[in-house]
Amino acid sequence: MVWIQGSGMAEAHPVGFRWVMKAKERGAKIIHVDPHYSRTSALADLYAPIRAGSDIAFLGGLIHHIIETDAYFKDYVVNYTNAATIVNEEFKDTEDLEGYFSGYDPETGTYDRSSWMYEGGEVASAAGQREHSTQAFSDRTGAGMMMGNVESDETLQHPRCVFQLLKKHYARYTPEMVEQVCGIPRETFLEIADTLIANSGRERTGMLVYAVGWTQHSTGVQMIRGGAIVQLLLGNVGRPGGGVMAMRGHASIQGSSDIPTLYELLPGYLPMPRAREGEVTLQDYVDRGGSARGWWANFDKYIVSLCKAWFGDNATPENDFGFPWLPKISGNHSHFTTMMRAMDGGLDGLFVMGQNPAVGSQHSGLQRRALGHLKWLVVRDLADLETARFWKDSQEVKGGEIRTEDIQTEVFLMPAAGHVEKEGHFTNTQRLLQWRDKALDPPGDARSELHFMHHLAKRVLAHYAGSTDDKDWPLRNLHWDYSEHGQHAEPNAEDVLREINGYEVATGRHLSGFTELEADGTTACGCWIYSGCFADGVNQTRRRNPGNLDDPEGGWVSPEWAWAWPANRRILYNRASADPDGKPWSERKKYVWWDEEEGKWTGYDVPDFPAPKRPDYKAADDAVGMDAISGDDPFMMMADGRAWLYSPSGLLDGPMPTHYEPFESPVDNLLYPKVPANPAALVWDRNDNPLNPPRDPRYPVVASTFRLTEHHTAGPMSRNLPWLAELQPEMFAEIDPMLAAKRGIEDGGWMCIVTERAEIEARAKVTHRVRPLEIAGRTVHQISLPWHWGSHTTSEQGVTGDTTNDLIALSGDPNVSIEDKAFSCNVRAGRRHNSSTARLAHAVDNELKLSGDHGAEEPEKAGQRGDSQHPPELEDE
Amino acid sequence: MSARSPLGEIAVRKPGAQRMGFFTDTTVCIGCKACEVACKQWNDLPADGSEFRKGGSYDHTGTLSAATWRHVRFVEALAPSPALQREAEAALARGIGGNVPNIPAAGGMPSVEALGGAGGGVAEHEMVDLVGIAETEAQPQMDRWLFMSDVCKHCTNAGCLDACPTGALVRTEFETVILQPDVCNGCGYCIPSCPFGVIDRDPYDGRAAKCTLCYDRLEDGLEPACAKACPTDSIQFGPYDELVETAKGRVVALHEKGIETAYLYGAGDAPEQQIAGNLGAFFLLTEPPERFGLPAQADSPIQENAPVATATGLAAAALAVAGTVASMLIAHRRARR
Repeated sequence: MVWIQGSGMAEAHPVGFRWVMKAKERGAKIIHVDPHYSRTSALADLYAPIRAGSDIAFLGGLIHHIIETDAYFKDYVVNYTNAATIVNEEFKDTEDLEGYFSGYDPETGTYDRSSWMYEGGEVASAAGQREHSTQAFSDRTGAGMMMGNVESDETLQHPRCVFQLLKKHYARYTPEMVEQVCGIPRETFLEIADTLIANSGRERTGMLVYAVGWTQHSTGVQMIRGGAIVQLLLGNVGRPGGGVMAMRGHASIQGSSDIPTLYELLPGYLPMPRAREGEVTLQDYVDRGGSARGWWANFDKYIVSLCKAWFGDNATPENDFGFPWLPKISGNHSHFTTMMRAMDGGLDGLFVMGQNPAVGSQHSGLQRRALGHLKWLVVRDLADLETARFWKDSQEVKGGEIRTEDIQTEVFLMPAAGHVEKEGHFTNTQRLLQWRDKALDPPGDARSELHFMHHLAKRVLAHYAGSTDDKDWPLRNLHWDYSEHGQHAEPNAEDVLREINGYEVATGRHLSGFTELEADGTTACGCWIYSGCFADGVNQTRRRNPGNLDDPEGGWVSPEWAWAWPANRRILYNRASADPDGKPWSERKKYVWWDEEEGKWTGYDVPDFPAPKRPDYKAADDAVGMDAISGDDPFMMMADGRAWLYSPSGLLDGPMPTHYEPFESPVDNLLYPKVPANPAALVWDRNDNPLNPPRDPRYPVVASTFRLTEHHTAGPMSRNLPWLAELQPEMFAEIDPMLAAKRGIEDGGWMCIVTERAEIEARAKVTHRVRPLEIAGRTVHQISLPWHWGSHTTSEQGVTGDTTNDLIALSGDPNVSIEDKAFSCNVRAGRRHNSSTARLAHAVDNELKLSGDHGAEEPEKAGQRGDSQHPPELEDE
Repeated sequence: MSARSPLGEIAVRKPGAQRMGFFTDTTVCIGCKACEVACKQWNDLPADGSEFRKGGSYDHTGTLSAATWRHVRFVEALAPSPALQREAEAALARGIGGNVPNIPAAGGMPSVEALGGAGGGVAEHEMVDLVGIAETEAQPQMDRWLFMSDVCKHCTNAGCLDACPTGALVRTEFETVILQPDVCNGCGYCIPSCPFGVIDRDPYDGRAAKCTLCYDRLEDGLEPACAKACPTDSIQFGPYDELVETAKGRVVALHEKGIETAYLYGAGDAPEQQIAGNLGAFFLLTEPPERFGLPAQADSPIQENAPVATATGLAAAALAVAGTVASMLIAHRRARR
């Protein structure tokens, strides 16, 4: 079974969907739950339309149903999850506090999470402090958690054990409630729930596929948590055919979090150091990030080896391996806060590479305006695009709200090489690093990103070579020695991969994997989780041997096809594919098991467990490091070795997913009437970021966005190509016939979509694929909008159109600062009269509000907002 | 002279070559249009324009043409509601819709004209008035959204080839039908002779053009571009006889899974039921052929009208028979451009 929710996989990942179709041909059931009836829905055995943003109600319904019908995989849940663990007496649930968990501070809109901890567990010291959007890394892993005194009840009867808390928390998430909140008929809901259950247990597994349809919500992280809880209850993690598949937004997005373009992470999910007292020295950093228990006890080896890779011989024990000179973060430096900082005149320059924020980022009207406040802007892309032309022919310039001559930004547009014109590897959603060679030279001045960054770095390093300023230490001491080839001095991408793999400093020998890493400066490694990708001096990511796929003994695992992190392991936590005694749960789902004769773990894949650790090994209460992980605790990256049904730490907005409405919703929160939206979510309450008030009768329609197969993200790679442009020539909105009739909108005719931020026009695609939903006794209409169009094309046969992201406000999930892409709007027939974001012109505050402590980096929390007055009742639409 | 070319058609023969074909399985098509683009890229065909089509689902290119040799059709099929049932009955009474049991599809009902423009165009007056229905009736439910990649059928009895007076259209050693642009004089006789509306004239130079089943790739032992690009193997390429066996097995498998409406279109039929003597590019369908703009019955006009004749005479006869359809068709295409 493949359960797809929050993803239009066939639409957005047609090549990956090949395997879903192969599974379907072999009898797998395909389930699709989505607001938008897409090509994915058409191929599914079972499709349920859901109101955009209500997924947690649906997931809570599944959890409720699985528990109520006793359908969870008991042996798995009791032994491998924290179901039995007993939680602090101080903990209060949303059921007790009408929508809040214990610890909520309405002043700051944040939670003091100390009461969420296990009973007897010691809280990591960061908990309870005001966080920005970055949470302490220690939180995520339970690092620093002392487990010695934590109690559990394996009968799952203790009223404060996780299982009972889960049961209580979701008691009201009944099929009837799901129907009322999500608009999914209860028969459909039960059919889906029972299909999931039927594909779980010892003999069967099911997988969950999600994508940005889940992440892009003010409760996005909790949605994914909800999916993970369902998968854990059904025993679908660490087993073949199970798992949670995160479909990525485009190529190598997985790679861009592994070796991150994210502001709060260093390579390999090490936290970015913070400018905070007690976290400044290497020892501080290791103390806070390292865990006494579990795998993260190796934390020091990874950070020291990273510093050795970066600073080479200049990283010594005496100077803490250069750690003190790493940049430190002081708050939320995410995309949105950075752009608002630019808007307010607090940012000089910006590099935009492989991104088109003038079309692809939320509230793109604001993004385009913000670009005009920069002194300089470097854009690298395949073609001229809206982000590089915001000053010339954007909606705002055409509409006269912004005058080109007033913009002082100096824009550099640099031509980039396409993906077949450069070498390197992509990391896909399966954590598979796949190398591809260059097929042809890029045209003209186009160069690879690697070329650009390498030569930029060389010039910057040369510029600072003579500096005596201490802050320039990293530039003077950077280890930068990649070889070059060809007439354009292209750096060797394999040199970079070698550094990422790691080497022994004394000999230069390539490391075979991260278990060789040391904290004494004898090893260097650019990203510990990738260590082994160049083992034996061989580019393992370049392997293309599928092996014997027909071998019934795991031939399908194909371990010699490319290379997967960590340690070429294809399924994470695969020790969970065996029962607590180390035997496969079933012959059918055999994957990794304990070989008593050999005295080690073995199987089709690289076991994700210390090979010689016996299944009956019991950790002593005072054990540390990996010794603290018992032989039947498969989730060894967690301090307690268990998968978390309940998160005692790690999340800023609750230990269990809870249904809140999107910020902009035309309906009440039926489950927690007093708390409409996620109380810990981020809001930037600014004149230039106006929100549609909740339940405002002016905005009765629910909207969400989706991708088309024919176009790629913000469009420069598809709208300029005549062959693709002709396949989807115009921006459109999918709308149900009933709403179209009410508004006088004709199929194929023009219509406008309106929010507080913008009014855009689109062709109407009136179709029964979109259907109105019955929500709590009234009809709610949903529209679906693709978001690929913008104002510029480089080709006569290219296409342009209005930009969906002009409609959407900036808002943030508290954990990761991602926006809410389920929103309210209204629609009308006809075309727009002004530029799409003309209404923003009056809202923009052009005065510069500069200070050291920039306001944009301190977003307000939802709970702080004062709009409690209810607008008039909505009419039945 | 092979048994498959009874009418004196011009054929290339090479020792060891065998009939090659396409098996397009609509049950695994995801409507991604990769075939349409791969075809244009390999054959260096221009984007020939599109329009945002009323009632067109995700199909904006509309039809096979001189520059679109693969075309993906989209059919939005509704579960019949009383109103739709009435519309369907009325459509049947008007003699359009063929043997479609539960028309209409939201993507438009096929009609004689639509079939003439096979691959897609649906006249506006044939479209279901969705808004009108919504105003008057309870909401009908979306039932199925169907995708089908259409292509030249490379018929055993190829109407285009039979009609061609210049020998521009020839049968290859793979028993596919290709057009040699340097021989084509642009007479256009082939166009009405194709019962599927596949072949078309290039609006710029007037010569006819259509799918070659990637003859150039086949000569180098490569599979056609569309089949290569298809992510789900909806388009399969191979030796014809093997493909037919594969396809028959697939039908049996689908029947066993409870999809009893699955059948092959253009392959495996008894002689009297064959479509154009069997199709080199055949399809697995789960709906009546009209849903996809395919005729329930079709043959080369020559096969239907003249057992023995010279090629030129046959072309003239074909033109006479198909003349009305042809003018309708051309007008229809012009209207679309």
